[in-house]
Amino acid sequence: MLSPEERAEIEAEIHHYPRKEAACIEAMKVVQKHRGWVSDEGIRDVAEIMGMTPAEVDGIATFYNLIFRKPVGKHVVMACDSVSCWVMGYENVRECLRKKLGVEMGQTTPDGKFTVLPIACLGDCDHAPAMMVGEDLHHDLTAEKIDEVLKRYS
Amino acid sequence: MAKLLIDGKQYEAEAGQNLLHVCLSLGLNLPYFCWHPALGSVGACRQCAVKQYRDENDKQGRLVMSCMTPVTEGMVITLEDPDSKEFRATIIESLMTNHPHDCPICDEGGECHLQDMTVMTGHNYRGYRFKKRTFNNQYLGPFINHEMNRCITCYRCVRFYHDYAGGGDLAAFASKNHVYFGRHEDGALESEFSGNLVEVCPTGVFTDKTLKEHYTRKWDLQTAPSVCVHCAQGCNTIPGERYGEIRRILNRYHGEVNGYFLCDRGRFGYSFVNAATRIREPRLRRAKEGALESVTKQALLAELGAAFKDREKVIGIGSPRASLEGNFALKTLVGDSRFFAGVADKEAKLVSLALEILQDGPARSASLKDVERCDAVLVLGEDLTNTSPRLALSLRQLVRNAPLGLAAKAGIPDWHDLAAREIIQDEKGPCFIATAAATRLDDIAAETYHAAPEDLARLGFAVAHALDPEAPRVADLSPDAAALAARIAEALRSAKRPLVVSGTSLGSEAVLEAAANVAWALSKEGQGADLSLVVPECNSLGLALLAEGGIGRALEAVKKGEADTLVILENDLYRRAPKKAVDELLDTAKRVIVVDHTEHATTAKAAALLPAGTFAESDGTLVSNEGRMQRFFQVFVPKGEIQESWRWLRELMLAAGFGERVAGWNSLTDVHHAMLEAQADLAAVTAAAPDPSFRVTGLKIPRQPHRYSGRTAMNAHINIHEQKPPEDPDSPLTFSMEGFLGRAPSPLVTRFWAPGWNSVQALTRFQEEVAGPLRGGDPGVRLIEPAPDARKSYHSHIPAAHQPSDGELLLVPLHQIFGSEALSALSPAIEQRTAKAALALSAEDSKRLAVADGDEVEVTICGLPRRLPARVVASLPKGVAGAPVGLPDLPSVVSLPERVRANKAVVR
Ligand code: SF4
Ligand code: SF4
Ligand code: FES
Ligand code: FES
Repeated sequence: MLSPEERAEIEAEIHHYPRKEAACIEAMKVVQKHRGWVSDEGIRDVAEIMGMTPAEVDGIATFYNLIFRKPVGKHVVMACDSVSCWVMGYENVRECLRKKLGVEMGQTTPDGKFTVLPIACLGDCDHAPAMMVGEDLHHDLTAEKIDEVLKRYS
Repeated sequence: MAKLLIDGKQYEAEAGQNLLHVCLSLGLNLPYFCWHPALGSVGACRQCAVKQYRDENDKQGRLVMSCMTPVTEGMVITLEDPDSKEFRATIIESLMTNHPHDCPICDEGGECHLQDMTVMTGHNYRGYRFKKRTFNNQYLGPFINHEMNRCITCYRCVRFYHDYAGGGDLAAFASKNHVYFGRHEDGALESEFSGNLVEVCPTGVFTDKTLKEHYTRKWDLQTAPSVCVHCAQGCNTIPGERYGEIRRILNRYHGEVNGYFLCDRGRFGYSFVNAATRIREPRLRRAKEGALESVTKQALLAELGAAFKDREKVIGIGSPRASLEGNFALKTLVGDSRFFAGVADKEAKLVSLALEILQDGPARSASLKDVERCDAVLVLGEDLTNTSPRLALSLRQLVRNAPLGLAAKAGIPDWHDLAAREIIQDEKGPCFIATAAATRLDDIAAETYHAAPEDLARLGFAVAHALDPEAPRVADLSPDAAALAARIAEALRSAKRPLVVSGTSLGSEAVLEAAANVAWALSKEGQGADLSLVVPECNSLGLALLAEGGIGRALEAVKKGEADTLVILENDLYRRAPKKAVDELLDTAKRVIVVDHTEHATTAKAAALLPAGTFAESDGTLVSNEGRMQRFFQVFVPKGEIQESWRWLRELMLAAGFGERVAGWNSLTDVHHAMLEAQADLAAVTAAAPDPSFRVTGLKIPRQPHRYSGRTAMNAHINIHEQKPPEDPDSPLTFSMEGFLGRAPSPLVTRFWAPGWNSVQALTRFQEEVAGPLRGGDPGVRLIEPAPDARKSYHSHIPAAHQPSDGELLLVPLHQIFGSEALSALSPAIEQRTAKAALALSAEDSKRLAVADGDEVEVTICGLPRRLPARVVASLPKGVAGAPVGLPDLPSVVSLPERVRANKAVVR
């Protein structure tokens, strides 16, 4: 069930659009903000308030890589693997993350702190390689910098 | 028309139509995936690329998607140039990168559009050497098998299921290489039209699960043109048989009737043909209390013939699920005055009324295609998804017609599906649905009205009066209903082509009469109206043409001693009348003879059983609720003594010594000639399909495909010599691979198959134009055409409003697509989807009775006390309750609507 806060925030989003369904992504973002991810139950909750079917909502949820359909850690680390970052050492970034956090792409650290995911171009190509942690962008990454960045999130 | 040049040849085609449609209509081979003739173009797969040139001097050209390109005057294109050929081969190669290449174990194999297109583009060898992604498949219920790895992401499935059929539980998930088509979670597909995925999906992702249980390749199936027997809509089908079993049903395109689609009841209801409850040999009960014993045909006929001497004392009870020929033979056996329709008197009266309205009134009975041409509709009293499913699907298309005008204004042709849907959004044409409770079509309705049958009728009468003041006025109409009637009248009046839909399912004459008044009032206005009246069964109208009274009349005659012998044709009377009445009828009669194919409560009481052929084992003619006479052809020769009902009845007459009338009935045509002599209104029966003497270049039409395997060996365990194919005196078809291999006339098309086109998509080769009539005209004959200047006077018997009375409920019949029809209900797949019998109660009444969903309620239905779980249906009006029709645990609810009392059952 949607919490009163979730419901209020979603309804506010719905007001921005001429058609209710158009607010579907925003609604999922609201649920994700409150719950960290969008579970099957979350999909059904959104479907209900949107007047859509769970299949319709899930179709949209699974299309977007930033709607998480599985639980994620407290911080989501998204390493850019598009062209510029790839040329500038994305593989190195991935290696560092793996060594440092002990998990592969798509996995969450056992302490539930970090989930590591690949992501497409972050628009920061002139400072490649880049990654995001949560909402923050980090660039010109080196092994040391990654170490130092990760320390800031605990 | 526009002139265009394709690969240097001049053609003419409709300007504005898309090029792919045109090329296929011209018989050219052009590969495609995402386009579907009923779903239109979206330009998603890029498979249909051709080259278009500025003019004849342009040597360069550019690639265009033919499905997205409208034909213009002077257009120059090529299909055969190296660039577009290479482009098409590359597209299919990329679509195939993740495909498992598992054709040998794929149910689609041998009739797969993907195989056909792969061969057509020349992409014969794969270059891709890398890992493929694999998916988990889902459980989708008893009808459909899921194998996602074979998907080429054409999106046809969701476009059909969601966009066309309104299903909400199938969607496309994820993106890129991971796009997945399925449900949000495992579970039975909810749409009543899910079976069409089998034909819509061009690959082996969605296949027929019931076929899988006894799998046979297309080329090994013996097939014949048939007609669905599971409701009155008369959808055309192609059943396939192997080793004496029906293995699946495919759609048989009919331009005016079912088009490209069937409902799931029609597609998956066939298993009764193969059931263990089939009667395969004659049975006789020698002593009154003894058991039924199998006997030889000779013994049976000798015994019955001897007992039968007094024809005056024999009564015949016909059946709305038996062919015209069977019913006519019975009528011939017993004589006109002793032949009765095997339905409740009330139903007989309702169907006759429907027939009369169609015959005498000025409104024309609508084919399904007509329905899809209309732009406004009033549905009065029918829960169409459950009583006439295919019609419900057509109504979904109807509501798009008015808003498609928006697209036309914006210059968007209606085949341009994505753009048209984008413009239309949620706009819907005027559709008003007035029923007892909510229906699965309500989502397309502008307004719904849920009320007791009387009040539905009153609404209809009020609409008619609003359209034409000469139509009788409804006294004391509630202001709400009056305002609604005015809105409906206005919407119908302003439509270009309004439609009125009603039927017999609520058991109310007033509802039918009100619908007739609306249609007639519209006809008077000048623009005319289409009228679609849903009757109960596949040959209800045909039976109504042959017989008047129902079972009650038969009972009277037996009670009065006018008759002592009953011959019952393909009918379980316990579904037709209250148990007490049927018991009385069967017990009073001295002899009960039943001709039927399947055991049921009535056969259990018979003194003699004659094993009849089902639709798959006999030829015959049915009259659909459109009034279309359609022939179905025998698919295979059954084992044992099974034969057509009319043959049994003929032999019975011969054995009894009053067979002079029927001695000459050697083939179906002889029966037809007798029909034609006896009843002028049945004369069209000979025109419904070519007669048995018809040949093409001296040849019959083979039921077995040219690649049918095992012909010489399939009976080797019985006889090592290949047996001669059985004779077929009744049709121009043969039970053989031999015969005319070209395209047969439309009523005789045994399967859609053409060189290079092994899948159902071969259909375009059989149509005059894509999505148009079959070549040579769509089969069947319309029996009922309105008198052009018919001016029937309005029905004026307006019922009083329903008054919820203290403690009493008005119990109305509620139909279920799965379960309410006797034969399909015997199929295990259908059974799995059948909801358990329950008593539907309004929210108010369930509160009054202090019952919640699932609580047991005691209620007396048709004279029998029952205990049923309650089902709270919020949309039911107060004082109205609903009982399911025809379920195994509740077969006969024929006296509904009736007033009942219900109580919460004491927990035992
Ligand atoms: S499942 Fe079939 S119809 Fe659906 S996208 Fe895949 S290939 Fe096309
Ligand atoms: S709508 Fe009726 S006739 Fe058509 S397939 Fe369904 S049950 Fe058969
Ligand atoms: S490619 Fe990584 S930020 Fe653009
Ligand atoms: S059929 Fe034309 S793009 Fe798919």
